[in-house]
Amino acid sequence: MSNAPVDKGRRRFLTVATSVVGGAGVVGAAVPFIVSWNPSAKARIAGAPVEVKIDKIEPGQLIRAEWRGSPVWVIRRTQDMLDSLPLIENRLRDPESNAPQQPDYARNEYRSIKPELFVAVGLCTHLGCSPQFIPRNFGVAEGVDSGFFCPCHGSRFDIAGRVFSGVPAPANLVVPPHYYIDDDTILVGAEEGAA
Amino acid sequence: MSRILDWIDQRIPLSNTLKLHVTQYPAPKNFNFWYLMGSLALVVLVNQIVTGIWLTMSYNPSAEGAFASVEYIMRDVEYGWLLRYMHSTGASFFFIVVYLHMFRGLMYGSYQKPRELLWIFGMLIFLVLMAEAFMGYMLPWGQMSYWGAQVIISLFGTIPFGIGEALTTWIRGDYVISGATLNRFFALHVIALPLVIVILVFLHLIALHEVGSNNPDGIDLKKPKGSVKEEDKSPYEFHERYTKKYDIVDSIPFHPYYTVKDLVGLAVFLIFFAWVIFYAPTMGGQFLEPPNFEAADPMRTPEHIAPVWYFTPFYAILAAVPNPIGGVILMFGSIVLLFLMPWIDRSSVRSIRYRSGLHKANLAMLVVSFIVLGFVGALPPTELFTRIGQIFTFLYFAFFVFLFFYSKNEKTKPLPERVTK
Amino acid sequence: MMKRFLMALAFLLPSAAFAAGYSGPLDKADYDLRDQASLQRGAQIFMNYCLGCHTMQYQRYQRTFEDLGIPVDLGQELLQFTGDGPGSHMISAIDADASSDWFGLTPPDLTMVARVRGADWLYTYFRSFYEDPSRPFGVNNEIFENVGMPHVLQELQGVPRQTYERRMVDGEMRDVYVGIRSDGSGRMSPDEFDQAMLDLTAFLVYTGEPVYLERQRLGYYVIGFLFVFLILTILLKREFWRDIK
Repeated sequence: MSNAPVDKGRRRFLTVATSVVGGAGVVGAAVPFIVSWNPSAKARIAGAPVEVKIDKIEPGQLIRAEWRGSPVWVIRRTQDMLDSLPLIENRLRDPESNAPQQPDYARNEYRSIKPELFVAVGLCTHLGCSPQFIPRNFGVAEGVDSGFFCPCHGSRFDIAGRVFSGVPAPANLVVPPHYYIDDDTILVGAEEGAA
Repeated sequence: MSRILDWIDQRIPLSNTLKLHVTQYPAPKNFNFWYLMGSLALVVLVNQIVTGIWLTMSYNPSAEGAFASVEYIMRDVEYGWLLRYMHSTGASFFFIVVYLHMFRGLMYGSYQKPRELLWIFGMLIFLVLMAEAFMGYMLPWGQMSYWGAQVIISLFGTIPFGIGEALTTWIRGDYVISGATLNRFFALHVIALPLVIVILVFLHLIALHEVGSNNPDGIDLKKPKGSVKEEDKSPYEFHERYTKKYDIVDSIPFHPYYTVKDLVGLAVFLIFFAWVIFYAPTMGGQFLEPPNFEAADPMRTPEHIAPVWYFTPFYAILAAVPNPIGGVILMFGSIVLLFLMPWIDRSSVRSIRYRSGLHKANLAMLVVSFIVLGFVGALPPTELFTRIGQIFTFLYFAFFVFLFFYSKNEKTKPLPERVTK
Repeated sequence: MMKRFLMALAFLLPSAAFAAGYSGPLDKADYDLRDQASLQRGAQIFMNYCLGCHTMQYQRYQRTFEDLGIPVDLGQELLQFTGDGPGSHMISAIDADASSDWFGLTPPDLTMVARVRGADWLYTYFRSFYEDPSRPFGVNNEIFENVGMPHVLQELQGVPRQTYERRMVDGEMRDVYVGIRSDGSGRMSPDEFDQAMLDLTAFLVYTGEPVYLERQRLGYYVIGFLFVFLILTILLKREFWRDIK
């Protein structure tokens, strides 16, 4: 062994310094691995806003569009449907749409920009099944003929996507960001002016 | 902290294993540059496994989707290009360090008694690594992937008596290389062979730690118990497993001395590695061949097919023989002879430092032959190159034959008692 | 030093880059991937003249616009003639079966043609078409014999002819081949055409590996970091190895 005394302080310092720099290197090397789990360009493009033509939707009809791989419903509601909305507010969990399940411009009694045209993400807020559209004979209350019923765990929503109380789903259906490009077309997935 | 350690130690032998294999493992103090390659190979193995797992997440093992999914990784996945280049560059660097590691073994006689099994495990790793690399090169499903696989698998078709053709069809699972072949090679590449390699590496290390490392002087540093004066023994604490049987000289604990030394080697290695990844990922067409940027087309063979550089020496040996079955036998023979090194070399002296000039020249001839064959295997098969390939194939095999005969009564230099500086 | 050594090593090894059987000299394509204007011009030529028949099925419009510094809406308006949205791949306007009928085989995808052939080959190839009435499309190519495509850039270059001049050679008047010359009917002068082909080459080099510039940039930091790490490990090793006599 060396006769020179070991410089413990220097040895310690170098050990710590090398460990810290080496550790930083490991963390840096981990970054590409972690970041690579983000949605790829392909996924982001698949999740880009989608245009939906609405001029062909008949009153009472629901059409489905795909946005970010999820079903988006667009329904042209009849006057009867709109009239039925206030009738059952006492049986709803969140009739005023207080929970942030919709953009501000859809936070109104119809939960939509134009009263008749309802846009919602067609996934139950319970565990993500896609509820069924029941256009008539919904049979939950007098004067309410239509709504949504989730086959997985029996959650019910009215024709504005508002959840009934006493069902598993905790919140109203999500209204995605959307706006009218013109009278015949909406863009789902983007706010107006945000390109 | 120590209570946690005690708790663990009562259940698995953690501290003892660390002492036995790391902190109190005696390693010769005269390791040189060549002794870095083992730990570097381990680093590359980890790199290949980790980047490989990540590539698998975005790769699509089907004839229709494989090529596009590699470009998806290169373009659409965030940092996918980096993961892919780390993996493809790692493949070549694996062979670089493994070839240097093997040359070290040949140079210092690390295959000689009692390290025969250690050497054989190493050779098995090399063999499986070649299969692993070959199957991996098929996965991008480019022109070289396809036609390279076509050529190599057709080698088995040279086996006579109708076995060959049945065998190649069975390997491919189709009458040509197809999606079925790709799928099975993918399964072997990502799970079966890596598992085998990891097990073999484990056995390689077990064997190493059982017999102890050789060193550039090729002398035993574990002397018979009681034969060494107290002041000549290594002044470090080694595990009793080693000191009970032997008096240990000229050795130092693996940790911290070789961990810090290997770190220097690692840093230098990573600089080279990163330089290739970032500034020369195709290495002028050697690590990633240009035709492989074109999707596989079973109707059209590229102008010139050459295997990746690490296979070219063996490919040249294959091509040196006009008769295909002869070529295959010779190619496998060239690897089998390496397996047999512990018995071909009959000298009692290990290290090249104390062996005859004849041996030095003979080993140099092997190295030169291997490199020349590497070039020949990558070049288009002209008459001249085939002739050169034949000459150096002969010389490659001559190494083993010469060695067998002269090593028995080789004129060697006297061995030192202790390691030299 | 290390860089040069490795490069030398790589080039000592035979490269498989020689393509299409041509092994003569190639003109050096002196392109610059940092020159966005050049890449934009190249993209314009590609979209207008190449994408009609060839695909670039692994490259997306949006990525291209972003990397080339083109606003996406402007790019869509001026450069995108196929696909649904800006995110779609650059697919050809005609489908593979139709083009296969016209040309006898489907024109190859060009996303990575620069990685397969090399930039110099492309640059030379674009400028090596010449009039040859014996061929189905009336043109041939000096470095791609019996090429199976028409000279789509003829309206830019003019009709390229293999030109001979009478010169005195060894005391004798002979017809000497002086290269391909345009008849001047194109929209571009010979210099302009060369520059345009360089732009096109640069664009194809870019699409071959869109991460090229990012790779160069990142490597700088990684290797810089590794040198710091190397210095520390050397000091650490020296410190510990002072024990060993």
